[in-house]
Amino acid sequence: MASVSDIPKPFVKPKLGRDDWMQRGFMAMIAIYLIVALAMPLYAMLSKAFSTYTFDLSLYEVQVSDKDGNFNAPAKTLLALNNALDPKPIKRLSTSNTGRKGVTKLFPDFSFRSPVKYRFRGIDENAVYIVGSKRFTGPDWQELDSNTFRRVVIRPTRDVGLSNFVTYFSTPSLFQSIQNSLLIAAISTVITVSLAFWFAYALARSTMRFKGFFRMVAMMPILVPSLLPGIALIYMFGKQGFLNGLLMGQSIYGPIGIVIGSVFFTFPHAMIIIATALSISDARLYEASVSLKASRWKTFWTVTIPGARYGLFSAAFVVFNLVITDFGLPKVIGGKFNMLAVDIYKQVIGQQNFEMGAVVSVVLLVPAVLAFAIDRQVQKKQVALLSARSVVFEPKPDRKYDRIFLIYSSLVALFIVGIIAVCQFAAVIKFWPYDLSLSLNNYDFDRMDGGGWGSYKNSLLLALLTAIIGTVVVFLGGYMVEKTKGFAKGRALFQALAMLPMAIPGMVLGLSYIFFFNNPDNPLNFIYGTMIILVVSTVTHFYTVSHLTAITALKQMDTEFESVSQSLKQPFYKLFWRVTVPVSMPAILNISIYLFVNAMTTVSAVVFLYSTNTALASVAVLNMDDAGDIAPAAAMGMMIFYTNAGARILHALASRRLLKRSEAWRKGG
Amino acid sequence: MLDDTQNIYLRIENLWKKFGNFVALQEISLDVVEGEFLCFLGPSGCGKTTLLRAIAGLDLQTSGTVEQAGKDVSNLPPAERDFGIVFQSYALFPNLTIKKNISYGLENAKMPKAEINARVRELLEMVGLPEQGDKYPAQLSGGQQQRIALARAIASKPGLLLLDEPLSALDAKVRVFLRHEIKELQRQLGVTTVMVTHDQEEALSMADRIVVMNHGTIEQVGSPLEIYRDPASLFVADFIGAMNQMPAKAQPEGVRAGAAPLFCTHKFPHGAPVIATIRPEDIIPTAEPGQNALETQIVSMEFLGSFFRAILSSRALGDIELMADFSINAVRRLHLAAGQSLMVQLPPDRIKVFEGGK
Amino acid sequence: MKYLSTTALTTVLALGLAANAMATELTVYTAVEAEDLPRYAAAFNEDHPDIKINWVRDSTGVITAKLLAEKNNPQADVIWGLAATSLLLMKGEDMLEAYAPAGVDKLDPKFVDKSTPPAWTGMDAWVAAVCYNTVEGEKNGVPAPTSWKDLTNPVYKGHIIMPNPNSSGTGFLDVSSWLQMFGQDGGWAYMDGLHENIARYTHSGSAPCKLAAAGETTIGVSFAFRGAKSKAAGAPIEIIVPTEGVGWDMEATAIVAGTDDLDAAKTLVDWTITKKANELYNSGYAVVAYPGVAKPVQYFPDGIVDAMIDNDFEFAANNRGDILAEWAKRYDGKSDPKN
Repeated sequence: MASVSDIPKPFVKPKLGRDDWMQRGFMAMIAIYLIVALAMPLYAMLSKAFSTYTFDLSLYEVQVSDKDGNFNAPAKTLLALNNALDPKPIKRLSTSNTGRKGVTKLFPDFSFRSPVKYRFRGIDENAVYIVGSKRFTGPDWQELDSNTFRRVVIRPTRDVGLSNFVTYFSTPSLFQSIQNSLLIAAISTVITVSLAFWFAYALARSTMRFKGFFRMVAMMPILVPSLLPGIALIYMFGKQGFLNGLLMGQSIYGPIGIVIGSVFFTFPHAMIIIATALSISDARLYEASVSLKASRWKTFWTVTIPGARYGLFSAAFVVFNLVITDFGLPKVIGGKFNMLAVDIYKQVIGQQNFEMGAVVSVVLLVPAVLAFAIDRQVQKKQVALLSARSVVFEPKPDRKYDRIFLIYSSLVALFIVGIIAVCQFAAVIKFWPYDLSLSLNNYDFDRMDGGGWGSYKNSLLLALLTAIIGTVVVFLGGYMVEKTKGFAKGRALFQALAMLPMAIPGMVLGLSYIFFFNNPDNPLNFIYGTMIILVVSTVTHFYTVSHLTAITALKQMDTEFESVSQSLKQPFYKLFWRVTVPVSMPAILNISIYLFVNAMTTVSAVVFLYSTNTALASVAVLNMDDAGDIAPAAAMGMMIFYTNAGARILHALASRRLLKRSEAWRKGG
Repeated sequence: MLDDTQNIYLRIENLWKKFGNFVALQEISLDVVEGEFLCFLGPSGCGKTTLLRAIAGLDLQTSGTVEQAGKDVSNLPPAERDFGIVFQSYALFPNLTIKKNISYGLENAKMPKAEINARVRELLEMVGLPEQGDKYPAQLSGGQQQRIALARAIASKPGLLLLDEPLSALDAKVRVFLRHEIKELQRQLGVTTVMVTHDQEEALSMADRIVVMNHGTIEQVGSPLEIYRDPASLFVADFIGAMNQMPAKAQPEGVRAGAAPLFCTHKFPHGAPVIATIRPEDIIPTAEPGQNALETQIVSMEFLGSFFRAILSSRALGDIELMADFSINAVRRLHLAAGQSLMVQLPPDRIKVFEGGK
Repeated sequence: MKYLSTTALTTVLALGLAANAMATELTVYTAVEAEDLPRYAAAFNEDHPDIKINWVRDSTGVITAKLLAEKNNPQADVIWGLAATSLLLMKGEDMLEAYAPAGVDKLDPKFVDKSTPPAWTGMDAWVAAVCYNTVEGEKNGVPAPTSWKDLTNPVYKGHIIMPNPNSSGTGFLDVSSWLQMFGQDGGWAYMDGLHENIARYTHSGSAPCKLAAAGETTIGVSFAFRGAKSKAAGAPIEIIVPTEGVGWDMEATAIVAGTDDLDAAKTLVDWTITKKANELYNSGYAVVAYPGVAKPVQYFPDGIVDAMIDNDFEFAANNRGDILAEWAKRYDGKSDPKN
């Protein structure tokens, strides 16, 4: 056998045709998009986490006069003064970017009434200090009396290092959040996956009635922001809640509320994954089990559970990831119970401590990326199962079990519909709980924080732009990865970049956008504060699932279409436009509705990026709840729900029409 | 062998192709005559499709040249070459009507609409589906779809037609019918055609010449009869048709297989390990013992439609069992049945000897 | 495809450029209550119809964070209605354009920055107060408190909500006033006790009073103006002025250094200190910068002006970072302080 080294040179260098150049151009454009919208912001965020602020005492010099105001003693640096004392008055030098430190501690006999005067200066321009509220820098001496010297504070200098992480892990209240987040995510995962499993099982394995209705209800939580169940829970279980008694004195503000709300908003995600896993298991195994006279219970444990195990794992990791990265729900109902995603918000918005926000982001990335990586592995195995030919299971009627499943599914449906109904109810009550008359006052958003009706219009615009631009970018990107030849390394890199967003929590993405795009040296700085940055962040945030949908659809298409088209000397875009796009239309519609719905509901990434002109409905829900305007928050949440429901109905009608029109060529006749 | 009066349409010279560290094609040199029907035949993974795709420019070779109609096309993208192609999967565009599929490559050739329509009609008639133009591919049978794919490939009258396993996805009956159709159409049009197949029957019945490939190299090039009658290697002998293989030792006048001396001609030195081969249909029943006659026992008989295949064992050959094909007539005449003994002769001129001993 | 991408591109460009399209627009950052903003803008436009105000409104903490984050790339032209403590912080970063607005000498000097020219000018004082829901109080057997110290009484456990000083200006003025009134050690000791009774900390300063109004809590530590509004809306609440005195902060106005349109910014700031503007502020604030303007506000608690402590804004600004860090260390998170 010849080896590669035997191949005679010269190697053939392909002459690139017009198609190749155009494809490379498109690929480069979308790769640049992903690099600019994802890789570079993340890098900016990571470097921020290691960017530290320290008080550099050696940068400042001070000279002290005697009682008569004569400066006889030599000038000393603050560092020398600090080192000369035991114990050192200034122990912690690491701080945040807003840190300010008074210096009188370095003078044990300091009194603001003393006639002693002080001269203060910096060694160079890096030394910044404030007298009162006036900023000084540089080596000019400032002569100050004691009472003014009291008002001198020094500012930190920038450095690179691990001290932010040291601070983080030595702050118990921050550190506690890791434990809280993991605990809540774990509990929610167990509950959601169990509930969703039996629900999916009832749909797949029983002959109960109203399956279509149950399927529809199970999808409803996807249409609302994740914080909406929190608002409903306040009305149900808050101090004035009509079900308050059920909690037996426990407060809904805290772990209980977060878990119930998390179960609500993650339920559809788990249900879809498990239902898919159940639908692919092989009926022949059941027949075999029945013919061996195995009990229902035994069949369940030996056939059903092993068959659905990858689905269960995958659902568990997806739910875990959703809960641990969610920000809206714990923000609304978490009370004093801190979680990582909320900490990012508090550090950035509350304390202006961007570095610490970046550190918490890095901490949050760890479980998120891990859960994502494990899920990817599990999904690959599931796909392998799926591709095997199997016989579809047809459940047989069984009155007893069907009734049990019907009751169970009804209870789950009641929970979901109940939460949404409570929000609607809350939205139209005039002044809960003192005036229960109906009113549309709460829809008068212009009188509230959050951007008013304008924010609703902005959300619609964002959702439409995200759906349109996102679908174009994602589908073109998927096409380039899946259907072009050559440039293999570039395509592999592209594919890896496209998978990355799923592992990045929205909060982290949003924060990294601040670091990257709000840098005045960034030529793209102009998009900061505009609708563009919201569209870019939303498309990027939801890129992975859309990309996978596109790839799946494209994989189903004959790989030789491109070859045939080239042999017929037709440009690739003609094929793309006349064949690829029409054939992939169902997937394209799915991508756009997915992007639309998520753009309407997302809070996490955009909460750092909106400006007044681009306030969003989902953020308005958060801000109105924040300001104590809970009923208007519920009203806005319901606006999002109705909009998304409407979009879903339109999508269903469009899909149906499309299928009808293309029936002739899709099914044959 | 090619004679000098024929025009070389496609010339492949010292072509190599690697995928990562795997050498998929090595040292391929081949001439294709204008108007001939050439088949690449070989087992899966032998490189035949890779070679076809290199000719098309769909997957460029690593090294070596391809010359088409006197022009070096080695590094050109497919769109700058001149060929039509048909794939196993038909690759018809599902959302376009049959007419639109066929006219797909004609549309921007600045051809007037009426002319395009006329050409499409002509092609539909040519492939025997004149009424089907307004249907969608999914509404046609597999065989019909493949004929449309063929019509699309030849619509713009390419100089070279490439067929990549065009019949493999079809039912046996349709396959046989289409073999004939395609061959007929190719003859009519006179278009130089290269077909890839793993089906030897297809190759033997359709090709003017066959290129047998294995492990990325060409084993033999020749007419179907040459290949069948005079295989150049044990691989070709084994791959084309059925072949008995007998490990043997070379002797001056022939070989010795087990205890049986078999007369035949060969070029191996005395004592060299060889493999003697003979096709099942070349084994003939005989009444007399004599040169290359063997006393055998019929182990089993299998009826294969037009003939019987018998498995014979012989004390002289030891463990080796022989396949032999007997006509229905012969079986009836000689009352052949499993368990009987039978004297057969292996004619010396039918025995081919190849290098053996691994 | 061509059509689609062209449309998308046009839209994107249009969105990006829209902000620059019109001639005189000012981006004004504010923490004033959302419902007051249209009135402010309308009144200003009566006199200056050519300048359009684009509001960026959020809570004090968020707006402060936003301004500091944009330090090297300011997006705002003018700050109209932000805590003086925050403006002092920005003054220390050289972020404000010093400017003496026309007629600044008419203002109460307490309301004007001490530098010349001043970096900011005050509008009104916004005063802490406690909202007490009488209905819930009776139902839960929780008596009305009269002082801050009362709130540490175990009877209030779980019935108090206050704003998180890290995000809320109201929260911070409470904390800074306690530290000033009770001293460093006394202040933190007080908050340790108070923390025991707090049900939760909210992000916004008005939320505790709104939640008290809705009966979601009995006592909300908030500010007087919010309480007066909720009471006017029919909520069963009392606005209580604790006897020790109440913290307050000033809402103030400043020009952001680096504004594109200094003239328009000056025009706006000139207007914000006029008598007319101060009358506007008076609709919600009992104490305003322009002497002689203030009229009593409906439902505004009596005696609150006298209860306002002698606030040291500089102390608040220079120690803001340390105070907030200490507060977060002690009370942020479920774990009770162990130190």
